[in-house]
Amino acid sequence: MAIIPLERKPLSLAERTYLPAILSGLKTTFKRLLKPAETLEYPEQRPAIPPGYRGVPTLVRDPNGREKCVSCQLCEFVCPPKAIRITPGEIPADAPTAQVEKAPKAFDIDMLRCIYCGLCQEVCPEEAIFLQNQYSMSGYTRAEMVNHKDRLYELGGTLPDQHFKWDKKKAAAEHGNAH
Amino acid sequence: MIATLPPAESWLERFPLLVRDWITGHLPESLGWLAVSLLAIVVILAAFGLLFAYLTLAERKILGRIQNRPGPNRTGWFGLLQPFADGIKAVTKEDVVPREADAVLHFLAPVLLVAMSLLGLAVIPFGRHLLAANLEAGVLYFFAAGAATELAVFMAGWASHNKYSLLAAMRALAQLISYELPLLLSVVPVVMLAGSLSTTHIVDAQGGWTFGWIPHWHVLTPWGFAGFVMFMIAALAESNRSPFDLPEAESELIAGHLTEYSGFKYALFFMAEYFGMCGLSAMAVTLFLGGWQAPCAFLEFIPSYVWFTAKLLTLLLGFIWIRATLPRLRMDQLTRLAWKFLVPLTLLNLANAAFWSLSAGWSGPMHWVRWAIALTVVVGPFLLLGRALTAGVAPRTYRYA
Repeated sequence: MAIIPLERKPLSLAERTYLPAILSGLKTTFKRLLKPAETLEYPEQRPAIPPGYRGVPTLVRDPNGREKCVSCQLCEFVCPPKAIRITPGEIPADAPTAQVEKAPKAFDIDMLRCIYCGLCQEVCPEEAIFLQNQYSMSGYTRAEMVNHKDRLYELGGTLPDQHFKWDKKKAAAEHGNAH
Repeated sequence: MIATLPPAESWLERFPLLVRDWITGHLPESLGWLAVSLLAIVVILAAFGLLFAYLTLAERKILGRIQNRPGPNRTGWFGLLQPFADGIKAVTKEDVVPREADAVLHFLAPVLLVAMSLLGLAVIPFGRHLLAANLEAGVLYFFAAGAATELAVFMAGWASHNKYSLLAAMRALAQLISYELPLLLSVVPVVMLAGSLSTTHIVDAQGGWTFGWIPHWHVLTPWGFAGFVMFMIAALAESNRSPFDLPEAESELIAGHLTEYSGFKYALFFMAEYFGMCGLSAMAVTLFLGGWQAPCAFLEFIPSYVWFTAKLLTLLLGFIWIRATLPRLRMDQLTRLAWKFLVPLTLLNLANAAFWSLSAGWSGPMHWVRWAIALTVVVGPFLLLGRALTAGVAPRTYRYA
């Protein structure tokens, strides 16, 4: 990297006698006075969240309304602060999505522990957990700060799916492999 | 009808007097003098109390706007009720007195500070007929009362039994005593030229206009302008305002002498700071900006107290503007500015004013010579001193180990 030698000029007379410098400072602040405020009045006005923002981790459903998590517990294992606790459960055999076999019975994320690292999203083989644009978490008790399964789905909503992996698996099981 | 009357006698001009006479008219003759004095006290307390309240709001609003944020805007329309919300908060807050503190002095300091800051306002002529106490030595009285505030600040620092408070009190004493000198010395030329220590006489001396629109204010003479600028610098330092707010430098001394104060006592300190600021600004208006005199002859129909208020508010807004602009000085820079820069310049300014007074009779081309000499005495030493004091300060040399 090139070194740029900075020329340190001796002060000019205007700078050495202070008052002109002070007047130019006053001019700068006066110009600021006339500019519009750049702040948001927070509770009423909300900031625009840029795409790719990593907010509160949430669980999502696929466009058919199926919960995507299969409770493989990879996120629970990878979570550095051990914020995630999953209790796996079976999907009953008569359910339309019985081929998925498992879904979480309980899924808790302790937001007092979560460090918003995004490793759960990265590790998830089912694309079921996402850090989305929810940025403000608050509560009066510790218990309130734990997001349970229904709350996680409520925050996550539905995201588009490119694969419909389990539908293909079912089709393959019923009609034989396409290839 | 009004135009035919001399401005001093117009209905608007006499309005405060009429109100006063109407109120005292209800009282027996023997109590009249007491009622007049009490009325003046009540009016000053109410007016400056309200001014203090809205000055804090204005300061917060303007600082906010300069920092590109709206400032307080939740309490009432545009945050106009904010001062009252602050007041309620200050009054209802717990008043903590440290166990080791000197309880009497700890209580006395804010009270004394407010009282002393208010005393000065008695001799300010707020209008042609508006003067609480017409003292022969009004200027002297004003600065004597102002000097007592230093004692109160030190009292607060000493009584708190807190190292930050004590350090701040030492700083405050060093600062206030250093700046007392240039403050007084910049006033002496005015007293010299007006030939009186009475504030009414000083304002009267600035009456009249050249060509009907150039007022004879002291600030429009070379020595007056220099004196005004130096007075305002010293006034900034005397009222502990930024950039001279070393006694309560938050980043270094927690809150300086205010560290151990809370609740209403803290509010009293705040009030005293603003009263001091108002008092010094009012004095600057009286001494240099022509007091209640109108700037042009044809504007005289506007009552004198309106002119005084306008000038006072301009100076106060200037204080806020400067606070928003300048960073805090270091202790050594602060005292150096006072002793090496302001004191020599004020002394020279005294000589300059003496010359101005002696050359008052010069006319024709000598008039221009008079202005040239006076301007040289103002600008020359300023440039020379400025150069000399910053020699070796810049450019900064960087040495690495």
